[in-house]
Amino acid sequence: MGKRVLLIEDEPNIIEAISFILSRDGWEVDTHANGTDAVDKVNRRQPDLVILDVMLPGRSGFDILKELRANAPTAGLPVLMLTARGQTKDRETAQALGASRFMTKPFSNAEVLESVRALAAGVQAQG
Amino acid sequence: MSRGALTGSRIRERRNMLGMRQADLARNVGISASYLNLIEHNRRRIGGKLLMDIAHTLDVEPAALSEGAEAHLVARLREAAADGGKRTEIDRVDEFAGRFPGWAELVVDKQRRVTALERTVEVLTDRLTHDPFLSAALHDILTAVTSIRSTSSILVETPELEPEWRSRFHRNINEDSQRLSEASRSLVTYLDGVDDIDASSTSPQEELEAFLGAFDFHFPELEEPVEEGTIENLVSGADLLRSGSARTLAAAHLYQYAEDARRVPLAKLRGVLGTHGLEPAMLAGALAVDLPTIFRRLAALPREMGYGPIGLVACDASGTLVFRKQIEGFPLPRFGAACPLWPLFRSLSQPMMPLLMDLAQSGRGAGHFRTYSIAQPVGDLSFGKTMRFEASMLVIPEEDALEKSYDVVGVSCRICPRSDCGARREPSILAEGF
Repeated sequence: MGKRVLLIEDEPNIIEAISFILSRDGWEVDTHANGTDAVDKVNRRQPDLVILDVMLPGRSGFDILKELRANAPTAGLPVLMLTARGQTKDRETAQALGASRFMTKPFSNAEVLESVRALAAGVQAQG
Repeated sequence: MSRGALTGSRIRERRNMLGMRQADLARNVGISASYLNLIEHNRRRIGGKLLMDIAHTLDVEPAALSEGAEAHLVARLREAAADGGKRTEIDRVDEFAGRFPGWAELVVDKQRRVTALERTVEVLTDRLTHDPFLSAALHDILTAVTSIRSTSSILVETPELEPEWRSRFHRNINEDSQRLSEASRSLVTYLDGVDDIDASSTSPQEELEAFLGAFDFHFPELEEPVEEGTIENLVSGADLLRSGSARTLAAAHLYQYAEDARRVPLAKLRGVLGTHGLEPAMLAGALAVDLPTIFRRLAALPREMGYGPIGLVACDASGTLVFRKQIEGFPLPRFGAACPLWPLFRSLSQPMMPLLMDLAQSGRGAGHFRTYSIAQPVGDLSFGKTMRFEASMLVIPEEDALEKSYDVVGVSCRICPRSDCGARREPSILAEGF
């Protein structure tokens, strides 16, 4: 598996922090800040892993995940969902839609790295 | 143990109160003292002539010894025991109530208090989960906290950080902490304004909504020809309807439901839905009823028919929401007025004109919806009287289609991030609105 990650998140400072951490870990980080054309971006860039925020302007992360899972080329793409609401319901929705992993804001940098490495190593969903 | 068992404790109490010896009472009514002792300790049942004699000797009504408030007390004690009293001596509950009525009442009172508090907690939890103001403000705060946490640990854990990066991250932390203080200040302001956290002060409308929600807005017993008393039983048996006003609202709603179901039976609705799909105007035409009736029937479809969640909002001419069926992604404000851009309100200025609008919610992560609205006169028409109008809006979620254009609406100004809106009534409490 390669090391190209697409970060779909709309908070510039969070983007900056996560990009920094992942770049230092040897990842090639690409970012995208709105939900509306996020799926297009995934299809064009074909990343090895997607970090996807649930609350995006334009389109919800859940809808994006649903579409990614419905398309054959992205059906198996590892997706790490980020959400500011750690409620059971969001978690259940994310799992039902096929999120590979789930991370609740606020998270630590160590958690980000651990999740991304685990996904890269092919370790799937443990929520 | 029967309720009669209590009688013994009461006889004993009354006798002690009069300062009468057991032997004296026993002799007076012609039984042995040891037998009276068994009765007084609730080991023998007592009734009939003996009870009358004892009551006469103790100068009380027989009924005062054989029945009374204790029966109620015992029932309450049993409830309390059922609710977690693993070690209670349940077989001796009568004895407890009879011998320690004061303590028993205290237990019952405490139990009642616990139940009331649990209910309050439930209501508050529900508020926290569903209040769009709170969830938007919390999202803002969590976002700022996430960013600060991540950025500050980079600063601490990366000693060899280049000066450009270092100053950039310092700037970010500064920005986020400003944002955090704005957001927490507005949250505090908002919470200060919410003083009705007492469960008893939920509005009748909210009680009705909770009640209908518990039934998923569908009542199978009203889909059949309705028997006398069905609606009254539904209403009086509902714990969620605590106030008289809420019960009145619920009864009115259910009568309307039964009437709608009579005019548009579920089987018939299923048939035309199969032909036309979720097209309210076609359905209304095929069934020869007006649009609001179809809206109400669609909002009451049973989940298993698979048409997904369907929301419905109705308001009167003042814009006050008089009916609310909320669905995921299209929240309705709990306090204060809704977004003036909703077609629901527009329809009031174009009565009788059906409005079709595709909406997107302005907030993050919010969905896309197709809405159908119409305002129609309600009540009897009469010469010289003002016509009353009510508007209703049916809300059906849809997958967003990129080639379609959506009108962007909000929930309520306070939590709407849209900055370029001419209809704004008050500033947003969200940091990004500042």
